Amino acid sequence: MKFMLLCYTVPEETPTPGTPEQAAEAEEWFAFTNAVAKAGALVDSGPLQGAETATTIRHRDGESTITDGPYLETKEVLGGYYVLDVENLDVALEWAAQIPLVRYGSVEVRPLLDLPGA
Amino acid sequence: MRDGSGVGEIFSDQWPRLVSVLVRDFGDLDLAQEAAQEAFLEAAARWGADGQPRSPEAWLVTTARRKAIDRIRRNKRATEHLISVADELSRLPEHDLDLQQQPALIDEQLALLLGCCHPALAHDAQVALTLRVVGGLSTDQIAQAFFVSPSTMGRRLGRAKTKIRLAHIPFSAPDQTTLVTRLAAVRRVIYLIFSEGHASNGSSASNGSSASNASNASNAPAPLVRGDLCDEAVWLAELLATLVPDDAEVRGLAALVLLIDARRASRADAEVEVLLADQDRSLWDSALIERGLAHLGAAHALGSLGPFQLQAAIASLHATAPSFEATDWPAIVGLYDALLRREPSAVVALNRAVAVSYATGPAEGLAILDELAGDEAMVEYRYFYSTRAELLARTDRNAEALAAFDEAIGLCVNDAQREHLRRRRACTAQTQLRQ
Repeated sequence: MKFMLLCYTVPEETPTPGTPEQAAEAEEWFAFTNAVAKAGALVDSGPLQGAETATTIRHRDGESTITDGPYLETKEVLGGYYVLDVENLDVALEWAAQIPLVRYGSVEVRPLLDLPGA
Repeated sequence: MRDGSGVGEIFSDQWPRLVSVLVRDFGDLDLAQEAAQEAFLEAAARWGADGQPRSPEAWLVTTARRKAIDRIRRNKRATEHLISVADELSRLPEHDLDLQQQPALIDEQLALLLGCCHPALAHDAQVALTLRVVGGLSTDQIAQAFFVSPSTMGRRLGRAKTKIRLAHIPFSAPDQTTLVTRLAAVRRVIYLIFSEGHASNGSSASNGSSASNASNASNAPAPLVRGDLCDEAVWLAELLATLVPDDAEVRGLAALVLLIDARRASRADAEVEVLLADQDRSLWDSALIERGLAHLGAAHALGSLGPFQLQAAIASLHATAPSFEATDWPAIVGLYDALLRREPSAVVALNRAVAVSYATGPAEGLAILDELAGDEAMVEYRYFYSTRAELLARTDRNAEALAAFDEAIGLCVNDAQREHLRRRRACTAQTQLRQ
């Protein structure tokens, strides 16, 4: 079963690159990513550029509208993701709890929809 | 740059060409802009003493490329891509630079315009970027034109450039489909710049304090002063018409801004706004009107009608009417009808009501206004109340007219407009007394 772990943070409350705090946290991210990979659970992962780089597209009444910014303008923004292949939600949540960002952000866990034939 | 070097004269032509060549070569907006700026500063310093080079354009490109290469080599964090571009270009013998082979640079300049007006950028960022990158205005000049502080404008531009870089917004030559779908955004940006300039033209006092704050804070040397937004919009519209001559709406936009801008000198008399009816038509710029009519003719010949072309056609009827009274009002009503069918809006309906009041009578105009009164767009729209006031006065409903003038005056944000309305109100009050 595949789960997507969506990592949300408030950018201002995220450790600043170049600080000792951030350096220490980078170690944790590295360790976590290694751990899920070693457990055979990691499908894909990656950090995202900031929400200020997001572009949203909608298509209505035959017309595409492209706008600057994320779909929802909220304080917390999507900062990165993991796709894990694990037995169930509990395992996914166990992993999610180890993501360094849960201490200051939130992680949304969503099962991927299994498409027949995919 | 009025220093005898001749740089000022060629700046508006050569700036977008130079920047677009550099963006194509290096793929880096900031670098292109800085190198172009340095090249122009060097031109201003040198051409005055040494005289203009045989081909100013080739000189500028060569100089700017060299500046860009120097910048890349000085920058310890330059990307591998930039370093290899710099190496490649520096091996290019300078006499190989034959601009005759690509004199128009149409794709390059379009790439620049479409990139700046990319829909993934916020609207205010599109406007600021277009003025900065394509128009070559300094951040301070743009800040001043929009009555915001230079630091606010600097942040706006900075955010836009960061997004361009990180989200990989392309600045590459568009294919035909991309061009067609994205031209509308470019037209809208140019029209926004024009509207902004047009609305603030007659006003100095009301917005003056923030503008002078902005200019006090700005002491960076501006390469050239072309800060007037109407001038910029007219220049951009004509540039776009040169790049895409076969787009009827592009031609329509150029016609519209030229025909309206032609009336600029007559729009404000000292500190009072002068409406079309009272404008001294001898002050209208006949050269601009002619250019506008030429674009309108070209738009018409392309055989596809759009909102800009229709608005330009309306402006052309005003521009060519011998007097306000002799204006072809029925034709104007017809054009507003066509515009309303395409783009139904209360503001267009209001303008149409004014035309109806002259084509048929003020009572008919008022009837349209009564229907519009409930519309959300009209609730705080000064022009709705001032139009209503004038139409009421013309039908001798002076007491109601005075109340409408008061509403309009209360909604004014511009001293010249307020002064005009005060005078009109006083005039109506006198008429009422005499009755």
